[in-house]
Amino acid sequence: MIKVLKPGIEATVQDNGRIGYYELGMPPSGAMDKFSYSVGNWLVGNQDGAASLEATYMGPALEFQEDATIALTGGELPPKVNGKSVSMWETLKVKSGDILSFDFVKNGARIYLSVAGGINVPEIMGSRSTYTLCGIGGFEGRSLKEGDTLHIGNDQQDDVKEGTKVSSEFVPQYTKQHEIRVVVGLCSYRLTEHSLQNFLKTEWTVTPEANRVGYRFKGEKVEFIPREQPFGAGSDPSNVVDLGYPVGSIQIPGGVEPIALLNDAVTGGGYVTVATITSTDLNRIAQTKTNEKVKFESVTLNQALEERNAHRSNLSKIKDSIQQQQ
Amino acid sequence: MAGNKQVVSPLPGVFYRKPSPEEEEFVTEGQKVKPGDVIGIVEVMKSFTEIKSEVEGIVSKFTVESEEVIDVGQVIAEIE
Repeated sequence: MIKVLKPGIEATVQDNGRIGYYELGMPPSGAMDKFSYSVGNWLVGNQDGAASLEATYMGPALEFQEDATIALTGGELPPKVNGKSVSMWETLKVKSGDILSFDFVKNGARIYLSVAGGINVPEIMGSRSTYTLCGIGGFEGRSLKEGDTLHIGNDQQDDVKEGTKVSSEFVPQYTKQHEIRVVVGLCSYRLTEHSLQNFLKTEWTVTPEANRVGYRFKGEKVEFIPREQPFGAGSDPSNVVDLGYPVGSIQIPGGVEPIALLNDAVTGGGYVTVATITSTDLNRIAQTKTNEKVKFESVTLNQALEERNAHRSNLSKIKDSIQQQQ
Repeated sequence: MAGNKQVVSPLPGVFYRKPSPEEEEFVTEGQKVKPGDVIGIVEVMKSFTEIKSEVEGIVSKFTVESEEVIDVGQVIAEIE
């Protein structure tokens, strides 16, 4: 068991997500940075899809009440066991009574705690992910609170040696400036050419309204092409007839502040979405934080798919290297 | 000046000195605080996190305005 001494903020149980209900309006939830989440699970020998803890900005303080194998991956919230610094991206052993805590976030935004066996919470619609807006999944459908007790599950398939590491070439480096790749569309035709170019040139600032639902950015206002209001669309120039919103799509309500819709977002609606973050870079937007800068770089769908293949090849190299260290 | 303690924000967000717009400030400059006393709140991701003093002393000054957007590690106040 793992006891929550201090909850941090927005620490939730997450896995690969609740897939298959998007058309019903149910977003997938799941780990925001799937790269760090997946690598963490491999470092503790879990089968894919085991549930981990995702903590944002401020980590929790946790007391292990049994011996456990753990790994910490993702954004740099410097972890400590019993007050002593421990490494990230490495298989660690903790003993019953050990306390895991975190220093102030240095780089990135979200850290993942993987535990051999996974976090054992009930599966809801095929997933252990927390969707706090509806209060389902994860630990009682909510972020952790002081005094909660988490149980360790049986999702471990291999023993991984203490000290197994991810080679530094694969460890992402996060800075305060982020280039996030997007595929322009679905409703980018509504922007003036000048505004679309501006959207891609602007250095956007992440506002305090940035969480698992979406990230709101401050920068420049955009202009829409004048049009006659189509039947079924709202009256604002940023309205279109309702459409499905892909995860990672960026809408600009009223043309004022773009919002990137993420894992817990609404699945459709009537705002223009001007671009969609590539699946590879969803991992990186998850590691940006309030006050940091983001530039959106336009790529073609083919480039995005190539990038995804390269990303998958890196993931399998990491998996192989973990196996080779056993 | 020795023994001056800085109160640092553990997270980025919007800093508030009042629990709500209609209420009084948690503490004012020149006021005495004990460890655990709330000196402000930071709003981020639609969550509010209390910032507490870790020491006993007198709040000599606030270094950020209420409703200002602050960064992680930014000094909020000084306590003598």
